[in-house]
Amino acid sequence: MDNESLKLKVAEYTAKVEKASAKFPERKNLEYNRLYTPLDLEGQDYERDLGLPGSYPFTRGVQPTMYRGRFWTMRMYAGFSTAEESNKRYRYLLESGGTGLSCAFDLPTQIGYDSDDIISEGEVGKVGVAIDSLADMEILFDQIDLGKVSTSMTINAPASVLLAMYIAVAEKNGIGPEKLNGTIQNDILKEYAARGTYIFPPKPSMRLITNIFEYCSKNVPNWNTISISGYHIREAGSTAAQEIAFTIADGIAYCEAAIKAGLDVDAFAGRLSFFWNAHNNVLEEVAKFRASRRVWAKIMKERFGAKNPKSWMLRVHTQTAGSMLTAQQPDNNVVRVALQTAAAVMGGTQSLHTNSKDEALALPTEASVRVALRTQQIVAYESGLADVVDPLAGSYYVEAMTNQIEAEALKYIQKIDDIGGAVVAIEEGYIQREIQDSAYKWQKEVENNDRVIVGVNKFQIEEKPVEGLLRVDASVGELQKKKLADLRAKRDNAAVTAALAKLEAACGDDSINLMPIILEAVKTYATLGEICGVMRKVFGEYQAHATL
Amino acid sequence: MEKRVRVLVAKPGLDGHDRGAKVVARALRDAGFEVIYTGLRQTPEQIAEAALQEDVNVIALSLLSGAHNHLFPRIVELIHEKGMTDVLIIGGGVIPDADIPVLKTAGISEVFTPGTSTTTIIDYIKENVK
Repeated sequence: MDNESLKLKVAEYTAKVEKASAKFPERKNLEYNRLYTPLDLEGQDYERDLGLPGSYPFTRGVQPTMYRGRFWTMRMYAGFSTAEESNKRYRYLLESGGTGLSCAFDLPTQIGYDSDDIISEGEVGKVGVAIDSLADMEILFDQIDLGKVSTSMTINAPASVLLAMYIAVAEKNGIGPEKLNGTIQNDILKEYAARGTYIFPPKPSMRLITNIFEYCSKNVPNWNTISISGYHIREAGSTAAQEIAFTIADGIAYCEAAIKAGLDVDAFAGRLSFFWNAHNNVLEEVAKFRASRRVWAKIMKERFGAKNPKSWMLRVHTQTAGSMLTAQQPDNNVVRVALQTAAAVMGGTQSLHTNSKDEALALPTEASVRVALRTQQIVAYESGLADVVDPLAGSYYVEAMTNQIEAEALKYIQKIDDIGGAVVAIEEGYIQREIQDSAYKWQKEVENNDRVIVGVNKFQIEEKPVEGLLRVDASVGELQKKKLADLRAKRDNAAVTAALAKLEAACGDDSINLMPIILEAVKTYATLGEICGVMRKVFGEYQAHATL
Repeated sequence: MEKRVRVLVAKPGLDGHDRGAKVVARALRDAGFEVIYTGLRQTPEQIAEAALQEDVNVIALSLLSGAHNHLFPRIVELIHEKGMTDVLIIGGGVIPDADIPVLKTAGISEVFTPGTSTTTIIDYIKENVK
């Protein structure tokens, strides 16, 4: 059938179904077309737009083999209470077939405060593990072979300090930094825009990030120096296209900062990694993953002139959407997570965390974490979804959606360029406002019943309170305080003072890379709060302008 | 004309999750309340002071980090110390059912958990504000 006759047929079909579907108003106003045909892919060029897996523009995946080589890394985000407790959970996860670690830190750690700081009260050990010094880090990784495991750390503003502690623990165990594998999130821009654990203003924050890029390119070559994160932008309420657009705009800002600091793009770009959300709309999500790879590859090659194919690849970690878990009928969340897992896998993720069914209520129990990990294993071994590379390529819908999300993302990236880049767009509140508008629209749709969330606004039941939730012992705060007091009494305080003074001087001189100096300070058992305190003194603190 | 109800939407503690707080703030504003949003990382003292300065009728606390048992009662205490005894204090976030009675005893009038419709919160405020 040629295009002209297909157009006629499609027009006929559309007229017919429009009439028929008038009877079903509930399913009428969905965002996407009812049907996709070759007409939606006019002008698509296989070689230019898709290519083969492992080749530019990587629409079909970053590796040639994808999961026919090996499965994605099943990396469960975990951490709570003390280093001792979290160490137990990590060893449990590794014994259960988890293939990488992912550390959750408590909020004081993420914002650079010690557990005995007055501002930390009530928060110690709650959303992650409390790390005050190298001593805690030694316990956290006790009996775990850092030369073998890969470790992802969700740490941003104080990423340099936690990375230094990780390097120091490995060194104590006789493992050189060149053998270390892992990731630090280290993505401050999305903290300002969506996640909230910032400390310093943008300028010194960008310096710390480029210092890490440079230090790792020379000393920790297998480390992913940043995980440029859309996950939290999506959790804050953005759409799929906004998620990748704002994140890639952040990525552009990091590249520009590093190049401005004198780094060669190919020296650091291969170690940049990304972090996507796997949301509920399975096929839209698959299209999002595909579109994001194509957008990034083109930007790295054409805009930044990167020569190394590794610099063009958008490698991605994924987490299923926490915000889509419901507190109502929480068992239903197992199904949601399975579908989100399917999306991430068909989208070609490199690693995945699956949420547990009880996470709209509390931190997950060991039993619910097991189901979440088993979900990945079932998708990997039983579902067949991982057997063929990029299995949805060629679907009229998925290809059209990939193009549409790409176009929408490029429009946003252009707009952010016009504003003056991601840093300015965040400082002016543009990105925050766009996210908030989407979040509010979503909530309105749910409340008007234009969007059904099963168990929340439809199919509700009378429910009893859920029992057996994980509770973090309230004594964690006291325990950490005691550990800190012991540490401060035992360590060589003169060495600590000297290291902190050296750090303070170095912070004031932009030409110095702070990483080696932070590493020295960490080794004296200077605490996270002391190190960040020095940086706060020199760099100041970011003052957010709350916008509604 | 009747004085408009003034609401302080506040984020105590170190938690950075403010999607819920902002959505609620906006819904309250659309419902005709005057809304002041504190922004992130407010100490109990800062929240109590803001409530006093802004002369609010309602304080809506949002917390998803698990520190509610520590921070919510502390805020109620400070509010009462400042002599604001007729202010309605409500809370929301990831709060296990088991904690709700304790928070209510401490002076939080109502706790709204995930999945609550903004109209439920609006209606609650209209019915209970003094």
